[in-house]
Amino acid sequence: MKTKYLIVGNSVAGVNCIEGIRRIDKQGKIVVISDEDIYNYSRPLISYYLAGKISRDEMSFKGKEFYKENNVELVLNTTAERIDIEKKEVVTDKFVISFDTLCISTGGKPFIPDVEGYLPGMRGVFTFINFSDAENLRVYIEEKKIRKGVILGGGLIGLKCAEGLIARGLEVSIIEMADRLLASTFDKEASKTVEALLKKKRCNVFTEETVKKIERKKNSLSGIILTSGQKIDTELLVIAVGVKPNIKIVKDTPVKCNRGILVNEYMMTSIPSIYAAGDVAEGKDIVLNRNSVIAIWPVAARQGKVAGMNMAGAGITYEGLFPMNAVDIIGIPVISFGITNPEETDKYEVLSKKDGYVYKKIVLENNRIVGCIFLGNVERSGIFSGLIKNRVNVGSFKDDLLKEGFGLLVLPDEYRKHMVVGEGIEV
Amino acid sequence: MKPKRIIIKEEYCIGCRLCEVYCITQHSPSRNIIKTYKGKGPKPVSGIYFEEKGSTSFAIQCRHCDEAPCVENCLTGAMYKDKKTGMVLHNKKRCIGCWMCVMVCPVGVIKIDYKEKKIVSKCDLCIDSEFPACVEHCPNEAIELVNEEGKKIEK
Amino acid sequence: MAKAKNITEFIIERDERRCIKCQACVRVCASDVHSYDDESQELLSDNSRCVGCHFCEDICPTGALTIKRNPSATKDNAHWTRDYIYRIVKQSTTGGILLTGMGNDKQYKNYFEHMVLNAAQVTNPSIDPLREPMELRTFIGRRPDRIRYEKIKENKYILKESISNLLHLEIPVMFSAMSFGSISLNACKSLAKAAFLSGTYWNTGEGGMHRNLYPYAERAIVQIASGRFGVNTEYLERAAAVEIKIGQGAKPGIGGHLPGEKVSEEISLTRMIPEGTDAISPAPHHDIYSIEDLRQLIFAIKEVTSYKKPVGVKIAAVHNVAPIASGIVRAGADFVTIDGIRGGTGAAPLVIRDNVGIPIELAVAVVDQRLRDEGIRNQASIIAAGGFKTSADIVKAIALGADVVYIGSAALIALGCHLCQKCYTGKCNWGIATQDSYLTKRLNPDIGAERLCNLLKAWALEIKEMLGGMGINAIESLRGNREQLRGIDLTETELKLLGIKYAGEAW
Repeated sequence: MKTKYLIVGNSVAGVNCIEGIRRIDKQGKIVVISDEDIYNYSRPLISYYLAGKISRDEMSFKGKEFYKENNVELVLNTTAERIDIEKKEVVTDKFVISFDTLCISTGGKPFIPDVEGYLPGMRGVFTFINFSDAENLRVYIEEKKIRKGVILGGGLIGLKCAEGLIARGLEVSIIEMADRLLASTFDKEASKTVEALLKKKRCNVFTEETVKKIERKKNSLSGIILTSGQKIDTELLVIAVGVKPNIKIVKDTPVKCNRGILVNEYMMTSIPSIYAAGDVAEGKDIVLNRNSVIAIWPVAARQGKVAGMNMAGAGITYEGLFPMNAVDIIGIPVISFGITNPEETDKYEVLSKKDGYVYKKIVLENNRIVGCIFLGNVERSGIFSGLIKNRVNVGSFKDDLLKEGFGLLVLPDEYRKHMVVGEGIEV
Repeated sequence: MKPKRIIIKEEYCIGCRLCEVYCITQHSPSRNIIKTYKGKGPKPVSGIYFEEKGSTSFAIQCRHCDEAPCVENCLTGAMYKDKKTGMVLHNKKRCIGCWMCVMVCPVGVIKIDYKEKKIVSKCDLCIDSEFPACVEHCPNEAIELVNEEGKKIEK
Repeated sequence: MAKAKNITEFIIERDERRCIKCQACVRVCASDVHSYDDESQELLSDNSRCVGCHFCEDICPTGALTIKRNPSATKDNAHWTRDYIYRIVKQSTTGGILLTGMGNDKQYKNYFEHMVLNAAQVTNPSIDPLREPMELRTFIGRRPDRIRYEKIKENKYILKESISNLLHLEIPVMFSAMSFGSISLNACKSLAKAAFLSGTYWNTGEGGMHRNLYPYAERAIVQIASGRFGVNTEYLERAAAVEIKIGQGAKPGIGGHLPGEKVSEEISLTRMIPEGTDAISPAPHHDIYSIEDLRQLIFAIKEVTSYKKPVGVKIAAVHNVAPIASGIVRAGADFVTIDGIRGGTGAAPLVIRDNVGIPIELAVAVVDQRLRDEGIRNQASIIAAGGFKTSADIVKAIALGADVVYIGSAALIALGCHLCQKCYTGKCNWGIATQDSYLTKRLNPDIGAERLCNLLKAWALEIKEMLGGMGINAIESLRGNREQLRGIDLTETELKLLGIKYAGEAW
């Protein structure tokens, strides 16, 4: 088999890569290889699926016709195993395919910590990152009429999973190693609010704890023992302690990796015909000002699009992004950007405001915004993403940032003009 | 393709906020201003953000960006770019309220309905009628509709 | 006695069935009449503050507002009318001169309304302007005393006479002098742009020329008045013509005063005076005490502009207007502007505006006659100003002897003015007579210019219709053609001064 463009991975980076290519090259053959058996869907929606809020079809963000409309050959249920760089070939479990340019968008895979008693493939222990995870979880809960579940990991994935389980009527316990939930995304104040909300929903939160031992009956989970010695009887454990870039495909190749596959501003790896995008790639983080793996949708989408356009010869650059998360946790909208809980306090300036459960916080470094939290009221928070991305000096209007009715009007004329260039405000 | 868009001439905005009044009326079932405001049914939310500071004011609505971050980041495809017109439109039925669009819109013009857990309002350039209501009724032509080349379109 | 309250001139009626409480009225009223009470969720109005500008009525999306005259009546008294009673109330409160804006609102006889136009019947044909060419083109400036030419061969002549530079108008209507300061820059821009697009001229007034108006400078008449604000060589060179302002119809014999708080950075730069200082134009030019002095200034300006631009003089129509105009022409002016008693202003003492000067109709007639009698009518054009409100007035003024008419109030009405006469407060709700940035932005000069162009276009069409009816196909042929006018309800003296016959009298 032979193709001009080969994309491994069919999630958001892969789909955007297709769009990127097709923006430049309407004809060239595109083949997409996916190890799943479902056309495009939003991974962040698996918690909504688990909760029963949406159907399988409603999870698709581009529709079934997307591949036909873009003249793409989609190969499902196929795992790409390795790359032969010399021959420009990808070897899968079913066939070998040669390519002109390749985009690796294999995403991340769940990290499984070493726990005593854990057997790979044992019943009752799940991960929660893709559709089959959610589907397996759903079937398991329904078949075994599970009423109680434990989630290991109090990050965003763990919490979204908890929300799905709560919606199904389960009593949920969350085990988090750090001293609070969402420690990497939020600060103490925001974590506290979320924790209080969860507790209202009959959710038990154990912080500074982890699972020391998994107890099983035959091959099935029967309970867990925490480091404190406390024992929880459960037939359901979801491991959600994090994901790591799925870089298996480039193992034993000259493609340079750090945590993820290293890419330059064109999303090109160290091998010119090979690109990488999404959770597997390690690209520019403009808040940290270095390369890092940012496993979020906006990064995957942008990187995928840039990679695709460059694979077709556009020569555009990826300007870099930063961590950002928008979630609705137990009915409370939360948006966070960049550094939300700075440790070196002398380097950063923090502005914050709390009004009822509405909480806003802005972290500044040399008068430039490097992080924000918006909890409870996220209206117009996107303006801040623009300010971070464009490294706008906010020194002159710092006092307005948290004011009621904050908007474009207080921004510097030049920036305001830039934002709506040609299509907006004449200043 | 660049869509038609609404441009703002803030130096002529008189701050009357009639753009909002007409946006609400246009998106109400009756499209009758008095019925919309004084009738029993719920009133739509305008797709406009009005800002005012000192003597400067303007009304801003969706810019219908070429490279629209809200579309790129929509988890369900509810926010989409109309292939024919290039407009950024929102399909409320598909919206699940993940707030991704709100997070990435640098102009901050997407309005939220927290109760319904959906994006409640966003400028659709009055797709159901001939001409955007806000532009038509702006008493001082502080907002104008322009075509792909940036030329003013008269009603 | 009890202290006098604000006099409530107008009553605001709000139709509650139509009011949607959008609060647009609250946001736009510069007089702070409307307010919204959060507690009762009611819209309130303070009638005593209303100046009757009608901006809220215009902006209200449902037509819920009507501004009505306060019906509260004093006992009928032909002598002590309400107006005079209130003046005394005001002055006994403030102890000051009453100020006002815009033109004289008293019922002096309007001679235009006592003159009727002729039309061609049987003995000469009328002309249909839609089918036949009709010319409104007009020139301003000095015409030669004679035409000298040389015959070079059979049927071939060349002109030997040198013709001075003339202003070239596509319609015999110009925008009269209104300074940046008395009106907003957006208002100036509207006038300048409309003049530019319509092929006529605008006038800077005594305020200098703001740099944003330079694109329209070739269609500008620049003014030199007693304060000499904004005058420099560039200012004179940039313009199409120069007008020396001696007087103004609304306030003959009175100077001007732009208070310091209105002298913003832009105005200070344009007028070349320090920011925040009062801009005072003295009542007289202190270097002009005679016709000879005036001649010096006229020729000084001509020297500076290399005799390339017409230089004119503007005076208020007063008792001696004819001999003064004659002197002005003899002093070398290329045009004389005469401003009648109904001329407008941004601010003037009420008693002066309403009581000083004479109507423009009489002034134009006597000046034209005097210049003809003296054989110098060709040396200067006559520009008439002061309260022109319809195209018929313009046609009648030209038949009386004017070359061109200036419009001021009419132009401002096209820009939104509702003649509330509160120009002097600086709080013009229509963004015209104000420098408050919250108000000036209400006048979008693109809309303003378009409306002025429309007005001129409409008047041009009407003038052509009237000319055609008289069987005349060029405005040139109407000038001083008083046989086209007849008087109604006029005395012998009035007929004599106007130089017209009574209706019914044949040629």
